[in-house]
Amino acid sequence: MSILIDQTKRVLVQGITGREGMARTKLMVGYGTQVVAGVTPGRGGEQVEGIPVFDTVEEAWEKAGPIDVSVLFIPAPLVKNAALEAIDAGVKLLVIVPDRVPIYDVLVIARRAKEAGARFVGPNTLGVLSPGKAVLGMMGGAAASARAWFQPGPVGITSRSGGITSSMAYYLSREGIGATTLVHVGGDAVVGLPHPEVVRLFEQDPETKAVVMFGEIGTSQEEQVADLIAQGAFTKPLIAYIGGKAAKSGTRFSHAGAIIEGGRGTYEGKVERLRAVGATVVESFADLPRATKEVLARIA
Amino acid sequence: MARLYEYQGKALLQQFKVAVPRGRVARSPEEARAIAEEIGKPVMVKAQAWVTGRAQMGGIKRATTPDEAAEAARGMLGLKVKGFTVEQVLVEEQLDIASEYYAGVIIDDQAQAPLVMFSSVGGTGIEEIAAAHPDKVARTHVDIETGLQEYQARNLVRRTGIGGKLQSDLAALLVSLYDLARTTEARAAEINPLVQTTDGKLYAADCRVTVDDYAVFRHPDLGIEIAREYDRPPTPLEKIAYAVEAKDYRGTFYFIQMASDFKKGEGYIGFHGAGGGGSMMSMDALLRHGYKLATFVDTSGNPPASKVYRAARIVLATGPIDGYFGSGSGVASQEQFHSARGFVKAFLEAHLDVPVVIRLGGNAEDKAVEILEQLNGRIPAPVEGYKKDDSPEFCVQRLDALIKSGELRDVPPPSPRPEPQRPYRFETVTGGTVTYDHAVCATCESKVCVSECVPKILTLNEEGLPVLAITPEEAKKGRCSECLACEVECLFRGAGGGYVHLPIPGLDET
Repeated sequence: MSILIDQTKRVLVQGITGREGMARTKLMVGYGTQVVAGVTPGRGGEQVEGIPVFDTVEEAWEKAGPIDVSVLFIPAPLVKNAALEAIDAGVKLLVIVPDRVPIYDVLVIARRAKEAGARFVGPNTLGVLSPGKAVLGMMGGAAASARAWFQPGPVGITSRSGGITSSMAYYLSREGIGATTLVHVGGDAVVGLPHPEVVRLFEQDPETKAVVMFGEIGTSQEEQVADLIAQGAFTKPLIAYIGGKAAKSGTRFSHAGAIIEGGRGTYEGKVERLRAVGATVVESFADLPRATKEVLARIA
Repeated sequence: MARLYEYQGKALLQQFKVAVPRGRVARSPEEARAIAEEIGKPVMVKAQAWVTGRAQMGGIKRATTPDEAAEAARGMLGLKVKGFTVEQVLVEEQLDIASEYYAGVIIDDQAQAPLVMFSSVGGTGIEEIAAAHPDKVARTHVDIETGLQEYQARNLVRRTGIGGKLQSDLAALLVSLYDLARTTEARAAEINPLVQTTDGKLYAADCRVTVDDYAVFRHPDLGIEIAREYDRPPTPLEKIAYAVEAKDYRGTFYFIQMASDFKKGEGYIGFHGAGGGGSMMSMDALLRHGYKLATFVDTSGNPPASKVYRAARIVLATGPIDGYFGSGSGVASQEQFHSARGFVKAFLEAHLDVPVVIRLGGNAEDKAVEILEQLNGRIPAPVEGYKKDDSPEFCVQRLDALIKSGELRDVPPPSPRPEPQRPYRFETVTGGTVTYDHAVCATCESKVCVSECVPKILTLNEEGLPVLAITPEEAKKGRCSECLACEVECLFRGAGGGYVHLPIPGLDET
């Protein structure tokens, strides 16, 4: 079934006329996503890949029809305004691609989303992709690559790193293991749909038989996933790899969320916690496909 | 997260109506003496550095007289504290402390909201205090749209057993602290200890404020030079790298200098990854082979070739590395040939003579590796490009083999680029200049610049020479995406008349 995105969802691209907006609209359309409209203030009336561009999200909704998802390709300082615009217009799922969105802006977006019953992925996300169905964001880069790399199958993939989302799915696919949906939760500390929320969605998806998770140092997402397993809220097998083992405390390793602060968010802490609740945690990234294969064979 | 010094935090607290001990910073023992004289009573002399536990390191001293203050300052200034050199000391009045509390505002990433914490017991280790004395610590989340209401703060303080006027005073202070955190976009703003003096007044005796890296650009008044969290002051190269990133939102360029003053043969590698997660993993692979990192770099999120070029130049400026290793997730969504062109330009200019192994797996990897490997025979270094089916481990083994073989190609350095005879120039968004020497272009058969230009902004004029198909203003605004095709492809398959000059402020002058 997949989670978050499939070919039936109606998608808007905010910032459609920018460098990324144009390139990834091409990706999304080429992959089969139902992109119905784009918005770039001031560029209403234009077209990108045959998609009509509007000045506002409200107008796009009125003229092109209801919108299920909006994907944002907008410079970081302008993201809050665009995200609030989409939420206020009634969009219930946002995919916020840009990096470096100020954290207080994310908190404001989160607040408004909660009130409106909306959700968002990111910021700083490569996006979401359901193999054979649709893609949101940048994942795969080009439609041909995305089609070649990702195959449909029984595994849900959730990752804190964008490139790793693609590589996990690709290396699994090479071993004959396909995916229901690939989700890059984003590299920031505060993200709309962190690992525990994604894992909950996979729990509800009948096609997802197991979840492969790429975690990192920093934040408490992986520990929260362990809590869900312990509470019986997530019952499917979990195979995980935690990155950043060699990182020192106090230094950020690129991702704003990948920082060990005050002893919390350590590699050891996450691995121990996950193993304690019965998850499979591999020592080496290269072991993920084999470990996943074993898990799938066991539950078959 | 960008940290402020204690004295900066205290200046902000004053702006937000929170009392701080009277005093100011001194940069010399004489200044410290003068300030102590002004204050006219015993003072505290406190080293200004981004570390905790200053007291144990001799970074906090009492001084009864101005002379003692000068002595204390003399002992601290120039001291190296966990990698930081103390350049300033804060000289402030000693407080007659009756009680100590803790007040702090942090971002709770799980709740997606700010969290205000208050403890009726101050001192280090708020987490430990909370665990040992749960009835003395209270927390409350704040609705970002309405802020911390005064009554919420009062309720919070009451939960720790404090009543009466003190409760109201503390509540007002917590509201001010929250306003400070919200206004400056602080990741964390803490007052510890929050002191009540014997006359009943409240003072922020020490404070720690860290500002969200991604918000620094809209707070120029805070004077934060570089928005990164380091456990030591930024190096000159880190400042240069930050300047490149700060002005250019296309993709990410993250740079940490991991070593300095190293020598050739010590096993230091210029590490240049793509994507935080993949880079960290590839870094692990390199370390497992006994190599050391000179740099940790992440250029990802589809940066233009110009950004990767600048990143590579900064890596090369770090010192005499034994090899250049690039690896990210291996299955990058961004078109990898942009990075390839960035590397090519940087390595050609450096006439690089240490082995290069770059794992350029992902979108358009075939084209990317083809471009990268064109370097073979043009520079002394052997260059190998790898794709998504090659593991980081394998790539490190290749680098290891090339370094150990020591084999270099016999390629003389190129003669310096001559002055263009018929220059056609236009400027780019990051202050670069694209120059086509039309005298050379006239001899070119392929004119690959036009076909390879990624944003497709070039055309041939009546003379069949490459010119902009758009206005120079549009190019400068960003329509020229600095893809470097008109230099790199021109060099490989054209007459070599194209050149993109990309300045790196701070680097070119060294």
